[in-house]
Amino acid sequence: MNKLNFLQPDKNNLNTYLYTGTILVALSIFIVFLNSFFKKDLISFLPGTLSFFLPLILGFIGLHLIRIEYSGLKFLDSVNKHINTNNFNAFLSLLIVFVVIKSLPPLLSWFILDANIAGDSKDVCTGTGACWTYIKIWFNRFMYGMYPNAEQWRINLSFIALAFLGTIGFFATEKFKKYLTLYYVVIYPVIAFFFIFFFISGGPIFFDFSYGIIAAVISIIIGFFIPSKFKMYYFIIVPITLYILLKYVFFYEELIELGKLEALEWVETGAWGGLSLTFIVSFFCLIFCFPIGLFLSLGRRSDFPIIKYFSIGMIEFWRGVPLITVLFMSSVMFPMFLPEDMFIDKLVRVIIAISLFEAAYVAEVIRGGLQALPRGQYDAAKSLGMGYWKMHILVILPQALKLVIPGIANTFLALVKDTPLIFVVGLLEIVGMLNLAKTNPEWLGFAMEGYVFASVLFFIICYAMSKYSYNLEQKYKTER
Amino acid sequence: MSDKIIQITEMNKWFGDFQVLKNINLEVEKNKKIVVCGPSGSGKSTLIRCINRLEEHQEGSIIVDGNELTADTKDIEKIRAEVGMVFQQFNLFPHLSILDNCTLAPIWVKKMPKKDAEDLAIQHLEKVQIADQAHKYPGQLSGGQQQRCAIARALCMEPKIMLFDEPTSALDPEMIKEVLDAMVNLAKAGMTMIVVTHEMGFAKEVADEVIFMDEGMIVEKADTKEFFANPKSDRTKLFLSQIL
Repeated sequence: MNKLNFLQPDKNNLNTYLYTGTILVALSIFIVFLNSFFKKDLISFLPGTLSFFLPLILGFIGLHLIRIEYSGLKFLDSVNKHINTNNFNAFLSLLIVFVVIKSLPPLLSWFILDANIAGDSKDVCTGTGACWTYIKIWFNRFMYGMYPNAEQWRINLSFIALAFLGTIGFFATEKFKKYLTLYYVVIYPVIAFFFIFFFISGGPIFFDFSYGIIAAVISIIIGFFIPSKFKMYYFIIVPITLYILLKYVFFYEELIELGKLEALEWVETGAWGGLSLTFIVSFFCLIFCFPIGLFLSLGRRSDFPIIKYFSIGMIEFWRGVPLITVLFMSSVMFPMFLPEDMFIDKLVRVIIAISLFEAAYVAEVIRGGLQALPRGQYDAAKSLGMGYWKMHILVILPQALKLVIPGIANTFLALVKDTPLIFVVGLLEIVGMLNLAKTNPEWLGFAMEGYVFASVLFFIICYAMSKYSYNLEQKYKTER
Repeated sequence: MSDKIIQITEMNKWFGDFQVLKNINLEVEKNKKIVVCGPSGSGKSTLIRCINRLEEHQEGSIIVDGNELTADTKDIEKIRAEVGMVFQQFNLFPHLSILDNCTLAPIWVKKMPKKDAEDLAIQHLEKVQIADQAHKYPGQLSGGQQQRCAIARALCMEPKIMLFDEPTSALDPEMIKEVLDAMVNLAKAGMTMIVVTHEMGFAKEVADEVIFMDEGMIVEKADTKEFFANPKSDRTKLFLSQIL
């Protein structure tokens, strides 16, 4: 009575269909697996085209047989619901599984099985796989560029310190939570700037850094005895005064003498490079381009014609020129307009150029968010007596920025991936270093490994950023 | 200082070439409740939006609590802080909780300590009977609750005048009553109110004066009883016959 109908499987004879189907699918995967991993062709006796498509056909029939609704088996139901809903999806699922199986062996063999990592010259790289020795030997250069080996601890120390300071927000107690925004928007970038500009750079300029640290420490210690009412002003005025006093009045002569003895070795920015430079450039460009973009987007909607047309001009100009030209201009043309004795470091110029360039994009992204807000929000804020800045800071921007988190993240990712372009002005971040290393006569022919290595690094950075932006989105999601 | 808190004289307003308000003269005394009615497009909303300068007028003068509103009024924010407004679309701030919606302006505009602002907010939320929702977000409340919150938010600034721009037009019928009740209570407490509405029952109950507008002009202005008992102009009669 339970007639088998292979065109329309049903719940009667469930087991028959299930076994037949599973065996067919397993068989199809097995054939592809053997073929791909062990180069054994089980079905070579069949004519060429048929043997090529046979696994697909077998799997397809198998999936068709097990497509039984409400079978009562949890696993089967879930498979049917997610990858086996209809013939087309079954076909796509099979195809994807086969492509993965097919592409695994060559990838595995290139990345791991046939790859070399031992030794320290290219002679060990005899296999057909990747030569990770190349990455290993050049690793230091890829991370630090031309930075002197003996001084690299300064980069490490700065980055570890900054990473630590950056995670402080997670440990802040309730009492300090309200200062976190101020910390991340103003204080942290300033600290980062001090570290990178003075500490990594070193030289006489390092003493500015030392004075800054001394001034900060002294003012924090005294700060404990200041009534909280004045603290805000105190922490702005006193450190700056102390710094100026230290630098120009008290210890100037002595420390300059001392400095000649014990200063950190000066490393010019041209020697900075590798992944650390990628981080430095991306970090500062991200920090600068956001506020500039924010002001441009507000400026573009301003009622004052001068501000409005200035903003429009800026946005359209920077969006209209290619980044590579901007970088060229910043390094070649810009110095011509400066007075003879004035000198701005190449790295600083590049950071300014990229920041302005990306700010234009950020501005347009934020403008999109501003336009998405209903006019009623402006009306309500105004009717409560808020002026322009209060209205924007308290009501408009929190909502608009929340809306544009995906767009901002997009721009920021693009920025990070644009940094390799700074090679045109002679700054070699990680991709630049790769290009340099691959032309080294002793290491010719390993461009592939280098680019794969860089891709993996960039992917990790960008994926982390994208995950973070997604978290932010979830965190600030409120129902409208 | 007379007790005329709003004085509008010969005010004209254009949107581009189109004249929305024509020769408006209006005086509102302290503690009076005015209801403005009229067909849509007659300029009612624009009129009350001019009173706190969400719209600018081009001719004539508007004097609110002794301050004339002109293009170079520097402290327009101060005047706005004294004039509360409730909108048709509620316009609560969706990123803030109900309580924060109410305390935002007192804290940042009036520099009130946070504790006091919260006490005040709870007090006003209790008056409109949504104090128990204080920690929810606007999106989680019904339309009627949102509109009552909007009233509380405006009251937290302790305004001298309250403007209502069709406060019940965007609500379901069963929610209109709760909002109107809140407004009636407010009126009984002696607030100066200008209400744009089509709720004639509300007008009969609380209004001292009713203004009928059509095509940007004040067609009729009369005591409430007079207005409903024997309207003078034909236009008003027609309107009342359609709406009642």
